[in-house]
Amino acid sequence: MHNKKRNIALFTLLGIALLLLFLVNISLGSIKIPFQDVASSLSGGEASKSTWQYIIVNYRLPKAITAVLVGMALSVSGLLMQTLFRNPLAGPDVLGLSSGASLGVAFVILGAGLLPGILAGFFLSPYGIVMASTVGSFIVLMAILVVSQRLLDTMAILIIGLMFTGFTGAIVNVLTYFSSAEQLQKFTFWAFGSLGNLPWQHISILAIVCFVGLIMAAFCIKPLDALLLGERYAKSMGINFNSTRLIIILATSLLTGTITAFTGPITFIGLVVPHIAKLLFKTSSHLVLYAGTIILGAIIVLICDTCTQMPGREFVLPINAITSIIGAPIVIWLLMRKQKIMY
Amino acid sequence: MSKGTIILSAQNISIGYEQKKNISAIATGINVAFAEGNLIALIGANGIGKSTLLRTLTGIQKPLSGEVLLNNKNITGYSQKELSQNLAVVLTESLPPSNLTVFELVALGRQPYTNWLGSLSPEDIIKVNEAIALTQIEHLRHKKHFEISDGQLQKVLIARALAQDTPLIILDEPTTHLDLLHKVNLIKLLKQLASATGKCILYSTHDLDLALQLSDQIVVMTPGNIVQDTPENLIANKVFDGLFNDKSIRFDAQKGGFTVNDSHL
Repeated sequence: MHNKKRNIALFTLLGIALLLLFLVNISLGSIKIPFQDVASSLSGGEASKSTWQYIIVNYRLPKAITAVLVGMALSVSGLLMQTLFRNPLAGPDVLGLSSGASLGVAFVILGAGLLPGILAGFFLSPYGIVMASTVGSFIVLMAILVVSQRLLDTMAILIIGLMFTGFTGAIVNVLTYFSSAEQLQKFTFWAFGSLGNLPWQHISILAIVCFVGLIMAAFCIKPLDALLLGERYAKSMGINFNSTRLIIILATSLLTGTITAFTGPITFIGLVVPHIAKLLFKTSSHLVLYAGTIILGAIIVLICDTCTQMPGREFVLPINAITSIIGAPIVIWLLMRKQKIMY
Repeated sequence: MSKGTIILSAQNISIGYEQKKNISAIATGINVAFAEGNLIALIGANGIGKSTLLRTLTGIQKPLSGEVLLNNKNITGYSQKELSQNLAVVLTESLPPSNLTVFELVALGRQPYTNWLGSLSPEDIIKVNEAIALTQIEHLRHKKHFEISDGQLQKVLIARALAQDTPLIILDEPTTHLDLLHKVNLIKLLKQLASATGKCILYSTHDLDLALQLSDQIVVMTPGNIVQDTPENLIANKVFDGLFNDKSIRFDAQKGGFTVNDSHL
């Protein structure tokens, strides 16, 4: 069919773009490294300066991989949320999932002093932070789900997501008030959002959890297609709605929770990327959209991350600044466009 | 009473809601039997319990007493997937926004038969094309579902139910929002489908005159009792006189419809 050819062409193009952007991302940074040395470091050879090789292997490559994982995980979370809530503006950050994760991490980093030594040690380890963040986003998602069962109006669900964001933000503020300067600094840096500074060990945790989350999401592709007609039709076509919803919630809180734990809350990606995929592929088929959001998410976060490290500059912008500057106008444009279709 | 094999039947069931120890029965002693190849209309005033009856007959809620039998097996004994291969529905609720094309929407009806990714086999595509041909919506197949009229969308939803390849299709007020001409066309289409495919089609409606002219059988819900019979017998037995418990309208057996009583204007 015509669409199939177009999709294959699009995926090939996006695949090439992803590869190029990955290389560009690694080649650029505050220190100028010739491309030949970048290539030889990546292929396991030696760069002409050992510091260059160190920067590539232990700093830039992990960061680029993190960017790819973040993009894939958050975008797929957004896609799942948008179909589950039947709301084009749903996304992990808008629904308060990221702030739930923040709250979990805030409790761990800022409240660890209240716990006895060994426990505090466990909670401050990367595993502890991942767990706290996942639990935080899971609790918020469950709360939203309970509320959405009683409210049929999906607009109200978004407003409640905003309320959760405000609520958790306030609790984080209260916690910061009672914490030491050192704890506060640690939390603030986490909250800025950063793709860098992750050791390989953390990246492997991130990669495994993302993989599990994405596999879980893949099992929702067929039920999500059925949900395009609404819950009652989906049930009449043999879809077990409750278990599907549970898998979607688990996958989303796992993906969002883990990503947020390691990189801090990253805004707009989960909301915007599924829409770009829908515009580009012009379909509602979740098989295409799933693959499309994965690859587009990786591409867009790589672009955003490349923008944070202007060549020749010493400083690096926070990733959230870039995603918001690009994301907010796109959301506004989507809303305006929607109005044109509906009225 | 009816020709062919019975697909769906209910013997002496009562319907209603059970909340903790509060049982509120809406109707009791309901006996219905729907056979293949028949178009059956469900008629009743607002609030009489049509929706509750349909919910009970489709297995969404359990009867307070008695059993609903689908192919001689209690409907509560079906798994969700088995049920989806025996019963397709067309609902009144509007569809959530999406980019689905008419073809994709109809193809979703194949979900009970597709693999875990929902990809269509050649056989699935044949069934989808059959359903599209039977409902005469070929010219719409590449249109998005929000680009077509209400009447066309109703046909598309019926095609989706056909593609689900079930012996029984239940439609909840399919003619709402349609003008007279499209109402007539739609019910005629249902009648053709019932006789051409041998499916049993049950629909609820408020359009008594159309139901009388085009249905094989009618289930009439009145306060007190529920009767299933052919339109002719129902008129002869004056069942419709009790449909609305109000003096402002009366059933005119000659016209086959209700007229407003002049004295109450």
